[in-house]
Amino acid sequence: MEKRVTFKGWLLPLCLIAPQVFISAVFFFYPAGQAVWQSLFIPDPFGLSSQFVGLGNFEYLLGDPYYRASFLTTAVFSTLVTLASMIPALFLAVMADRLVKSAGTYRTLLIWPYAVAPAIAGVLWMFMFNTRVGVVSWYLGQLGYDWNHVLNGTEAMGLVVAASAWGRISYNFLFFFAALQAVPRSIIEAAAIDGARFWRRFFTIVLPLLSPTTFFLLVVNIVYAFFETFGVIHTITAGGPQQSTTILVYKVFSDGFVSQDLGSSAAQSVILLLVVGLLTVLQFKYIEKRVHY
Amino acid sequence: MAREITGMVERRGFGLWLTHLVMIAGVLVIFFPIWLAFVASTVTQPEIVRPPMPLWPGDQLIENYTAALFAGVNVPVLTMLGNSLIMAVGIAVGKIIISLTSAFAIVYFRFPGRNMFFWLIFLTLMLPVEVRIVPTYEVIAGFGMLNSYQGLIFPLIASATATFLFRQFFLTIPDELAEAAHVDGASPMQFFWDILLPMSRTNIAALFVILFIYGWNQYLWPLLITTDPSMNTIVMGIRQMFPSGDDVADWPVIMATSILAMIPPVVVVISMQKLFIRGLVDSEK
Repeated sequence: MEKRVTFKGWLLPLCLIAPQVFISAVFFFYPAGQAVWQSLFIPDPFGLSSQFVGLGNFEYLLGDPYYRASFLTTAVFSTLVTLASMIPALFLAVMADRLVKSAGTYRTLLIWPYAVAPAIAGVLWMFMFNTRVGVVSWYLGQLGYDWNHVLNGTEAMGLVVAASAWGRISYNFLFFFAALQAVPRSIIEAAAIDGARFWRRFFTIVLPLLSPTTFFLLVVNIVYAFFETFGVIHTITAGGPQQSTTILVYKVFSDGFVSQDLGSSAAQSVILLLVVGLLTVLQFKYIEKRVHY
Repeated sequence: MAREITGMVERRGFGLWLTHLVMIAGVLVIFFPIWLAFVASTVTQPEIVRPPMPLWPGDQLIENYTAALFAGVNVPVLTMLGNSLIMAVGIAVGKIIISLTSAFAIVYFRFPGRNMFFWLIFLTLMLPVEVRIVPTYEVIAGFGMLNSYQGLIFPLIASATATFLFRQFFLTIPDELAEAAHVDGASPMQFFWDILLPMSRTNIAALFVILFIYGWNQYLWPLLITTDPSMNTIVMGIRQMFPSGDDVADWPVIMATSILAMIPPVVVVISMQKLFIRGLVDSEK
């Protein structure tokens, strides 16, 4: 798509585009380039000089059991967050869609956890499950279950997944709800005349019609779980216990800023850049698909 | 007959009540963490540290919120709220301004390097600051921007979502308007101010809502570059309120701070619900 009618001149548009190009260059391309450059070196412990090691940092990373574990952790974490935020959201959206009159009220009530920052969500869930003062962990204790996410890696993972998925339910609900409202009533009624019951109609007609939305949400939720959940992890577990909740982004942070292992942190950034690139391509495929509709 | 069919699609009677029940249960479950935080912000410390804490608000609301706002733990929460406000508004306004002008340039002009610039900006579309933290931190440190608002704001406005959105919107504006501007002898900037900007009002407002929340909720970046507590933003400052080691956290004050940190973005979302949904759907297209 291009405009047929345009204005003349080249100095004005260059001035108009300059601020964004400048900011992108200084705070985006230069740091990204630095990350690629630094990933080829190992700095000495005093930071005075650094030694060129080529792809050594990458080789080391790919052989490093901790890094591989972090990859696996990230895969498990993002899959769980995506499922735990999409399934309840879809269910609630389907329920709300049946309530023609009061659907708007429920939407207002469900919308606002989206506005709660991941880091705050982390604090809230950490408070509920706190081993000393947490209400939920206390009641679990009464039921005979000894909750301790500080020591138990599986429980820690469960908690960070729940806290990350929680606010995300609102977001997914909004998109599913909008998509459901766009499903033509006539199709549903035709199926009803043919005798299809509610859940049968849902699985054979509605769900396939929702697939563009579902695919889109899958991608954005994976991106969310990869990159935007740092606050949750940092407030609840700080990557522990025994790195069981150290997702890739958390590892870039802890290796770069806590352990000051700059070469390795930069190499990890580069790997994440590739992951982001891959997800972007996926998202574009989605946009293209939508254009054909 | 017609009524019967509608009856099959839209629930009546028992089914309807069951659906309401499920929705109410869902809302309550989703609300529970916030309710608990609110209750904790209205009771005393001893009531919390002797579990189980009460599930109904106490009478310490004013005391706890006053303590949080004016004393805090490291720094008064009022200071952190101010920092968050400046950061969130700065990011939203900054991003909208640079995106409006660059989208205008890309859509309404043909100039050398146009395609290259478009792709350069476009490449920044999805790369979050989390991925390039170490080098970006070094850039900010090099500029002497640690513990400054510029340092908090600039790296986060380097992204193309808004530019892309305005570009898409400008492309839907009829060519006749630009033609009319040509005929009337209007300069490009007159066209921009008098026609394009007024037409983009709703888009700008919707984007502002989304970007405000995005900026307000930032965590990692403020955590890295604000070492001085008086520059902390509220979302990252809460974590700093927890004592290191075995000391007991001041839960009522921390929970009051959490509630205070939620209020601005929640108010924005609820009061501008239509704009918010529009912004959300637009910015993800």
